[in-house]
Amino acid sequence: MIPESLLSLLERLCNAVAVSGDEGEVRQIVLEEVRPHADEVRVDALGNVLAIRRARSGDGLRVMLAAHMDEVGLMLVAEDGDGLYRFETVGSVDERYLVGKPVWVGKDHLPGVIGARPIHLTTPEERARKLSLESLRIDLGPGRKAELGSRATFATPFRRLGAAILAKSLDNRLGVATVIELLRNAPPHLELQAAFTVQEEIGLRGASVAAYALQPHLGIAVDSTPAHDLPAPEGHENLFYNTRLGAGPAIYRADAATLSDPRLVRFLEAVAQRHNIPYQIRQPGGGGTDAGAIQRTREGIPAVSVSVPGRYPHSPASLALLEDWENTLRLLQEALNELTAEVLETEKNS
Amino acid sequence: MNTILPFLKDLLSMPGLSGYESPVAARIEETWSPLADRVQRTRLGSVHAWRFGTGAAPRPRALLAAHMDAIGLMVTQIVNGFLRVTAVGGVDPRILPGQPVTVHGREALPGIVVMPRAALLPAEIGEGVVPIEHLWVDLGLPAAEVEQKVRVGDIISFATSPMELSGETIAGHSLDNRASVAALTVCLQHLRGRTLNWDAILAATVQEEVTMAGARTSAFAEQPTLAIAVDVTFAKGPGANDWRTFELGKGIVLAWGPNIHPALHRRLKEIAEEMEIPFSVEYTPRHSGTDAYAMQTAAEGIPTAVVSIPLRYMHTPVEVVALKDIERAGRLLAEFLCRLDGAFIEALTWS
Repeated sequence: MIPESLLSLLERLCNAVAVSGDEGEVRQIVLEEVRPHADEVRVDALGNVLAIRRARSGDGLRVMLAAHMDEVGLMLVAEDGDGLYRFETVGSVDERYLVGKPVWVGKDHLPGVIGARPIHLTTPEERARKLSLESLRIDLGPGRKAELGSRATFATPFRRLGAAILAKSLDNRLGVATVIELLRNAPPHLELQAAFTVQEEIGLRGASVAAYALQPHLGIAVDSTPAHDLPAPEGHENLFYNTRLGAGPAIYRADAATLSDPRLVRFLEAVAQRHNIPYQIRQPGGGGTDAGAIQRTREGIPAVSVSVPGRYPHSPASLALLEDWENTLRLLQEALNELTAEVLETEKNS
Repeated sequence: MNTILPFLKDLLSMPGLSGYESPVAARIEETWSPLADRVQRTRLGSVHAWRFGTGAAPRPRALLAAHMDAIGLMVTQIVNGFLRVTAVGGVDPRILPGQPVTVHGREALPGIVVMPRAALLPAEIGEGVVPIEHLWVDLGLPAAEVEQKVRVGDIISFATSPMELSGETIAGHSLDNRASVAALTVCLQHLRGRTLNWDAILAATVQEEVTMAGARTSAFAEQPTLAIAVDVTFAKGPGANDWRTFELGKGIVLAWGPNIHPALHRRLKEIAEEMEIPFSVEYTPRHSGTDAYAMQTAAEGIPTAVVSIPLRYMHTPVEVVALKDIERAGRLLAEFLCRLDGAFIEALTWS
C-alpha cells in the first residue's frame, strides 16, 4: 500500500504550478523533502536539484535516478486589457484541451478561465473546426493584472477516484515522489544520485547537464508514460496502446530518444520476476525521457526508463492507478537493493 | 453585497440537470422558505415561493421565473468500463475533452470526459474536433464495477468547482441560470418587511434547457396577470463582441421584441432609471430564447418581459457573471413588485 504521507506529498506536488523553465514551486517541495535524507544537496545552474546519498559500504556504484519536475503548460504573452491575456503553450499541449477550462496563473495561482464563444452564437460549420490558440484568452476577471511571462496550468485539484488518482501533472510528479521515496530508503551499498530535473518537456535539457555533473555509472529515468488503452472503434483493434493501466510499471526498450541498455532491462525484468511484481514492456515507439539525455552524456552512460502508466498526460486531468505506482516503487526499490556493478559486466547481447 | 455569494456557490456546486433538478431544488426551497409566505413544488418539480399581497382578493399576481436546470450529458453506451455519452441541452463538443464530471449512477461517481488519440478514431476526424459520440467518460474503475453501478440513461453533470475571479465575478458551470435564481433570492431579501399590493410568485423552474416545460406549466398553474423571465444573456468577451453582447458587470439587460409586452418593458425601464440601475436593451427580433416564450403562450396568454444578467462563455463549465449584476436584477425586481397596483393592469391593456 502507498502510505498516506506519500500520497499527500504527491498531492502537494501535483497541485504546484511548475511549467518547464519555472520549476521553483516543485523545487521548494523537493528540497524540503530530500534535505533530511541526503549527504549533499545542490541546485545547479539550470535549476536541477541534485541530492546525493553516499554509499555506506560496498564498491561505491553510482546510480542516477532522474525525475523531471516540470510540466507542460501555458505562458501569458500579451495583454488585451481588463484581465484578459493571450497565451502560448509550453511543451506539447493539445489545444483541444484548453477550451472551457479553469487555470491557475503564476506563483500566486491566480484563478482564471479559458472560455469559448457561446454555442448559441456559433454555426454548425464553426463547431466542426478546432478553436485556434490565437482565438483563446485567459480571463482573470475585470481589473486583474498579471505579469506577462507568468506561467499557467490547468486548475485541476488532485483527487482520489477509488483506486485511481486524478491530477493535472501526474507526468511527472509521480516520478518526483517516487525518487524522493527511493532516496529515503536508499540501500547502503551504492551511491544514490537523485536528480530532479528541469525542462524535460521542452527537450530533456536538465537531465543532460545533471548527468554530466554527477558522472553516474548508470542512470534510470523515472517518469510517467501514456496509457492509450481506450476501446478501439468497433471492428478494430487498439494496436498502439503504448501501455495499459493495471499492468504494472512500464519498462522501456526503445523510444525516439533512447535504445535502453539491454543489461538494465534484463536486470529489471529478473528483479520483477523474482519478487512477483507485475510489469509491462512499453510498446517501442516515439517519445523520449530523460534516459535519452543521460545515455549520451560524456563517454556514454548505460540508461533505462521505468514509468508509471498514466492515461491522458498533458491534459487537464490525467489518471493513474495506485497499484501501478506501488508496483513501480517496489520494482525500483528491489532493483536498487540488488543492484551491483556486476550487472554492467555482463555482455550486452548475451 | 456579497451576501448572496455563499448561496450562489452552493448552487453552482450542485447537480440539477434538466429533468433531474431535485438536489438544487431542495437547496433553493431551504433558502426561500424563511423569506416567503408559502413555498411549494409543482408537479414537474419547479419551486414556487409566494409573497401574499394586501389588496382585496382576488388579487392580481406577478410571476417571476428563473430556470434552475443545467445542461449536461447522459450515458448512451458502456464499453469495457468506458461510457459513451450524448448531450442534454446545448453542449459544444469542443469544450468537453478533459472536463471533470459526476456520473449519477447507483451512486455519484466522479469521472472525466476524455478524448481518444487519432489512432483510435475514424480517419476523417484525425486531429480535428472529436464529435461527442467518439468521446468517453472514464471513471477510473474496473469494468465490472462500472457495469454494476452505471446504466445507459444515467445523467452526468459537470463538476468544475466555482472559482471567484477578480472584479467581484464568479466562474462556474450552470451560472446559466443559477445566477438568476440568486437574483430572485436577492429580490426576496429586498422584499423582507415590505408590503405588496399584488401577490408575487417567484419560481425556480425546471427543464428550460430542453423544452421549457417548467415555465409553461408554472404559468398555467398560477395564471398570473404578468410574468417576467429572469435569465442570462451574452456578455462581451473573447469570441463574443457583436450587437448581441453586453458589458460584464456594467448593468442588467432588458429584452425587447415580440416576446415582450411593451408596457411591462417600459415600466421596468422607468424603475431602473429612477433607481439608477444601469441597463441596456437587447433586441430579440424573434424568440428571446428564454422561459418568456413558454409563459407568454401559456393558457389564454400572459404579458411577459425578460430581465437578463450578462454572462460570459455561456454553456461552458466556466461561465462568468458579475455579482453586481445579480444584485441589480434582484433590487429592480423587488422594486417592480412593490410598485404594482390597480392602475398597472390598465397599462397592460392594448390600445
